[in-house]
Amino acid sequence: MELRKNYFADVRKDDLHEIGQPRPRSDSPGHVTGKTAYFADRSFPGMLHLKMVRSPHHHARIRSIDTSEAEKHPGVVRVLTAKDVPHNVYTILILIQIGPEDETVLADGKVRWKGEAVVAVLAETERAAQEAAAKVRIDYEVLPAVFDMEEALKPGAPLVNEYHGQNYYLYDSGECRKVRFGDVEAGFAGADHILEQSYQSSPIEHAPTETTGCVVAPEGNDRFTCYTNTQAMFFTLDNTSIILQMPGSKLHFVGGTVGGGFGGKVDVIVEPIAILGAKLTGRPVCFIYSREEEMQISSPRAAEKVVIKDGVMTDGRIVARKVTGYTDAGAYSRHSPYGAQKGAGHYPGPYTIPNVWIDTYCVYTNRTPSSAMRGFGVTIGDFALEVQMDKLARLIGMDPLEFRFINAYRDGDMKAHRQPTEGAALIECMQEASRVANWPVAEKYMAMSSYAKGA
Amino acid sequence: MAIRRGRGVAAINYPTGMNLGGDPTQALVHSTPTGNFMVTLSSVDLGQGMKQIMAQICAETIGVPTDRVVVDTADTDTGPHCMGTFASRGTHRAGNAVIQAAREARQVMLEVAAEELEVNASDLETDGQGNILVKGAPQKSISIFDVALSAHFKRGRSISGRGMFLIPRSYPEKETGAMKPSTCYAHACTVAEVEVDDETGEVTVLTVKNVFEIGRALNPKMVEQQLVGGSWMGISHALYETTEPYYPNRDHGGTDFNQYLMPGPGDLAETKIIVLERPSADGPYGAKGPGEMCANPQIPAVANAVFDAVGVRIDTLPITPERILRALKAQAAN
Repeated sequence: MELRKNYFADVRKDDLHEIGQPRPRSDSPGHVTGKTAYFADRSFPGMLHLKMVRSPHHHARIRSIDTSEAEKHPGVVRVLTAKDVPHNVYTILILIQIGPEDETVLADGKVRWKGEAVVAVLAETERAAQEAAAKVRIDYEVLPAVFDMEEALKPGAPLVNEYHGQNYYLYDSGECRKVRFGDVEAGFAGADHILEQSYQSSPIEHAPTETTGCVVAPEGNDRFTCYTNTQAMFFTLDNTSIILQMPGSKLHFVGGTVGGGFGGKVDVIVEPIAILGAKLTGRPVCFIYSREEEMQISSPRAAEKVVIKDGVMTDGRIVARKVTGYTDAGAYSRHSPYGAQKGAGHYPGPYTIPNVWIDTYCVYTNRTPSSAMRGFGVTIGDFALEVQMDKLARLIGMDPLEFRFINAYRDGDMKAHRQPTEGAALIECMQEASRVANWPVAEKYMAMSSYAKGA
Repeated sequence: MAIRRGRGVAAINYPTGMNLGGDPTQALVHSTPTGNFMVTLSSVDLGQGMKQIMAQICAETIGVPTDRVVVDTADTDTGPHCMGTFASRGTHRAGNAVIQAAREARQVMLEVAAEELEVNASDLETDGQGNILVKGAPQKSISIFDVALSAHFKRGRSISGRGMFLIPRSYPEKETGAMKPSTCYAHACTVAEVEVDDETGEVTVLTVKNVFEIGRALNPKMVEQQLVGGSWMGISHALYETTEPYYPNRDHGGTDFNQYLMPGPGDLAETKIIVLERPSADGPYGAKGPGEMCANPQIPAVANAVFDAVGVRIDTLPITPERILRALKAQAAN
């Protein structure tokens, strides 16, 4: 890595002692010698293992659940179903007033994705829990499922989630988050060229080294200590408090050493049911995802579809951009309404465009609920935007890097969401990229600055 | 049939912190009797090194070496609230809270030193090595070790401070979408070079040259590890990863690392990282959040390089050999 101190030297004081120094990380020796303790290194006498019975269907009504054979299995201590969960229907963003509650801790009457948790088995050993889980008998009536976002949005599509009532998240702005700036149709009408293209991604796994999990110990004072690898301590504690209808003062969460998160450990899935198990049995409980659960059960990055329509002039100016983004939330909201909203705040990218129209949708389908991941709401949008930029440059016969200089945002430029640009540095990044990659651009672009137009 | 070479560019920005704000983080700082400093938080270190960065921020603000600071975090019985580690918010939000708490503690520390030295607190400065000096008369000084002892056992002062950082929540206007998504943005530009085998559809990423603007590199070595890791993740997203290879079809999802494709060490490109620093107005020592944005520009840069190499657009991720070959076949048919 090289620091290029010549850029922005006029707005930066390099007079610090500890900041800017490459101090060795204090936790590195523990990590590389295997001495660092992770949550799963905790073990308590009498600890039970929790395994989930999961839906084999994408969408089905539950006619009946028979746990009698599982309960008789040697080593089984307790079997939990929906009726055992005090506040079974929840949604995690309720803490920041983003409802409705739309997901069940344990399925009640219906399953909406293949892999959904229906019954929790607590046993003396992992093997006993697994064997007993296989003995739970669930009678399903399979229902039609929908996997494609366009199909899901059509009238008459199977309804994925009754708590929403339609297959998209209803924002206060309606069926999508909207950004309206200038007059996009007038912009298209005056453009030399129009290019409309569609981009698609598929779900992506966080693939942390350490899978999601927790170990819970009941304390003598009626409190519960939960050792967890959550990315958000109080967010998880407060949601657990709601789900278990238990005062937060009864809960003690210990964490902070995590073997990779990437956004995959903010969903509050394992802690509430493990603490409930500890409460109902009076014994320590561990619930740790297998690698298969981490890959197909824990939330992935959403698949997204992004449609971009641009109006561009032969001189390189983009005069109008319309973006329609679709986020595949799967069966439940989790963090997806936030992700689609974040996309609306990110488009049309780091470019100054006078006419912009943005609609971002959060769509429900019968698949594993998606949620946060590194670059949430932006990563796939950037893929679409920057491939589109390449296509536009080639359409008008311009160098792709020079084309970006012409449209790059600078301090003071008004963004589509009506905030003036501050602290821009896109131009300088592109100038340095031009130098380091030996990708020459015209001198006028190398003389540009993010500070102000014409500078 | 041939190996064809191409290059592509992409430029991006990325917001720091939770979208629309409203995501508080608190910090507490106190001195031990011998002048070491404890930072108490409930923020989570995901392996990116947050504890180390908080220690450096506290040390800089108090005016002591980093090894005199201990970070105690992620215990809800002791640490004050933090919204969580996500949205590129850890360094920015918790860092600001630590600065505020450390400033308050530093002020008490200077007041106690002033009493010991019989000068005004405003006439004192720290040397960064564990001593407090009178400005302009550095021979008149006292160690922070002695100041902490005095505060505890003689003067009955608590060298401590409280910090809280909150960006007020923005609510988007329904019809226009007017809103404030973030207060500062990191930037990047990436140039990727690839080779594409037009017989097998296989892509080899030769070089990835990344320029990142991140406000301030608080610890350059740790910034490097995060940026290099992010750059590799970008390649992985571009060419390899998905839990549903035939999305929206639910079949064929990988369940372990044999089936879920990720690049191995031999698949990673020669990676160059250049860092620019335009300090953000509200960042701790100017820092922005580099954690997420560093994995984004490689994806379109690789996609554009594949087009430059073989003349087909793959607009669906990941860009697999199968998709390239099908596109080449369609191109040949036209």
